[in-house]
Amino acid sequence: MENPVIELIGLTKVYGSLKAVNNLNLTIGKGEIYGLLGPNGAGKTTTILMMLGLTEPTAGSVTVCGVNATSNPVAVKRKVGYMPDNMGFYDGMNALDNLIYIARLNGLQETQVRDRAVEMMKMVGLENAMHKKAGTYSRGMKQRLGLAEVLIKQPEVIILDEPTNGIDPSGVKEFLALIRQLSRQQNITVLLSSHHLNQVQQVCDRVGIFVEGKLLANDHISRLSHQVSGESQLVNFSFADHSRLTDAHRQELLNTEGVSSVEFTNNGIEITGTPGLTPSFVRFFVAHDFDIINVQQKEYGLEEIYQRYFEINVTEKETNGKSGNIFQRSFFKKNQN
Amino acid sequence: MENPAIYFKGLFLRKIKINPIAVERPASPFGIMVRKEIADQVRSWRFIVLLALIVLTFIASMYVSLANIKPGAGVNEPERFLLYLKILTTTDGSLPSFHIFMSFLGAILGIGLGFDAVNAEQQNGTLIRLLAQPIYRDNFLLAKFISPLIVITTLFLSLALLMIGGGLLITGVMIEWVELLRILAFTLLTVLYVGFWLSLSILLSVKFKQATTSALTAIGIWLFFTIFYKIVVNMIVKAFLPDPAFLLQEDILYYNNLILDLLRISPGQLYTDATTVLLMPAVRSLGALTVEQMAGAIPTPLSFRESIMIVWPQLTGLIAATTVCFALAYYWFMRREIRS
Repeated sequence: MENPVIELIGLTKVYGSLKAVNNLNLTIGKGEIYGLLGPNGAGKTTTILMMLGLTEPTAGSVTVCGVNATSNPVAVKRKVGYMPDNMGFYDGMNALDNLIYIARLNGLQETQVRDRAVEMMKMVGLENAMHKKAGTYSRGMKQRLGLAEVLIKQPEVIILDEPTNGIDPSGVKEFLALIRQLSRQQNITVLLSSHHLNQVQQVCDRVGIFVEGKLLANDHISRLSHQVSGESQLVNFSFADHSRLTDAHRQELLNTEGVSSVEFTNNGIEITGTPGLTPSFVRFFVAHDFDIINVQQKEYGLEEIYQRYFEINVTEKETNGKSGNIFQRSFFKKNQN
Repeated sequence: MENPAIYFKGLFLRKIKINPIAVERPASPFGIMVRKEIADQVRSWRFIVLLALIVLTFIASMYVSLANIKPGAGVNEPERFLLYLKILTTTDGSLPSFHIFMSFLGAILGIGLGFDAVNAEQQNGTLIRLLAQPIYRDNFLLAKFISPLIVITTLFLSLALLMIGGGLLITGVMIEWVELLRILAFTLLTVLYVGFWLSLSILLSVKFKQATTSALTAIGIWLFFTIFYKIVVNMIVKAFLPDPAFLLQEDILYYNNLILDLLRISPGQLYTDATTVLLMPAVRSLGALTVEQMAGAIPTPLSFRESIMIVWPQLTGLIAATTVCFALAYYWFMRREIRS
């Protein structure tokens, strides 16, 4: 990448014996929306804290906008807007005053601070509630106020930690659309961490899958999907007259070049084979005079990709040490008695 | 693509900027934080309660001393009667005088203003948001310390001036410069004493995650020093020091000073010592004096400078204790990980 905005090299953070982040290398370019995905406790927040200089890495370096975040965090924080996962506001002050306080801390001119804050409140749709105490705000409103606070400093980079937590589905959609629009309009780099995969899928240019401190995959969603599906593709057929399917059909399909398995489902058939064979399957069934009602070529979504990577990790773990099974076994034994 | 309205707005603002009145530098983040902290303190219920407590104490002790000031007037120091110092120190025994009251109320004030300075912000999730702004961490800690100090300095200065003004109105006696100096020194000493408890409670609020834990620990330390410390010192003295009946005069003096020095580890003792000397010019020493030392002494009150010389070690001790607490808080806070 020509001009990376965020650059992590060999980043490692160790807490006692736990490696929260393990030798992480990552570059994010200007104007990109990057999604950091992973289960709880994968080290996403720790990585973000290191990017802001709020905690020190055990090894490796973090560079944000060309500045080392560990040795010079204040310069980084001038350019980065950060919205933490569990943020709070001063409950005794009204929302606008909360925003004005942060704007002042960012060195905004005293003469324009109030106008800018009101403008931001309108932008995130809180203009009717800006004189209410921040303590009375709902979770979704707090999230919006947080976004206003991130934007008022006119950042080059926005880092959002679990931004969709606790907002209702329509709110999430609106929120993510707003982020995407901002990023596109003003060429802001966005890094967001989440474990809500389908939401992230909607907005991210690139995603990284993060499990137990390691980055398992790091690419565009479409390419990741391709990687996961690999050489085989799954095609699902449904028929109005599925009772006519026999083993002879199955055998014939299995003999076709590239097909690796054929399974009957309750109203049709499922064929796994090399990609690009779907038209020939359709021709086959039409030739046999089947009434096809549905053909579905399986596309791997983020959910499946994630599941796949996560499963690989889990199976590796189980082959290494079977700690998980002992509990299960003893539990089942008790049931049998 | 920027909205043309925003673009034009910038243009107009630039025009205004040419106007010399509009040229201003944005305030420093530290100043902004201090301002916000002071506003928070003054509006909080906690401060109002503490304020009421102190004002009530002040009024009660003033009332008692004004009622009892006549009998004692001019008996001991005929040539220099310092009325305003008398108002602060006279009592009939039903209530302790104001400066004794302050030795434990000051501690409560300091603990009350500082025990949740850092951990409450962390619990509420405002700390991480604040530290994600371009400010230095030490500015945050310093603002937490300076703002309550400004508030209590204002409080005690106004109380002192109120007392002087009230005294002028009631008695019509002119205040002397020495008295004014001594009262101001007493006020600053009180602020310093509250500052010690404040920095101790801020230290605990950095150390403990829960505000209740830090409050209880601070109160525990305060109780230990006000009640148990004397008992502990007494026990140690009884167990280790020889019976005074079999000792020479000099040895008794030596052991007495040792016991006093032990007692002076307690900040409350330092404060009481210092205020006693400052408010009672007749007090010439804090320890016992031998007959030889007293020989040739003229029985007049000490000058302000001499009193300050006597309490200088106490002042230094209080400043040192405050600094140590603050430095430790700084050390723990600066490199720690901030999570909500």
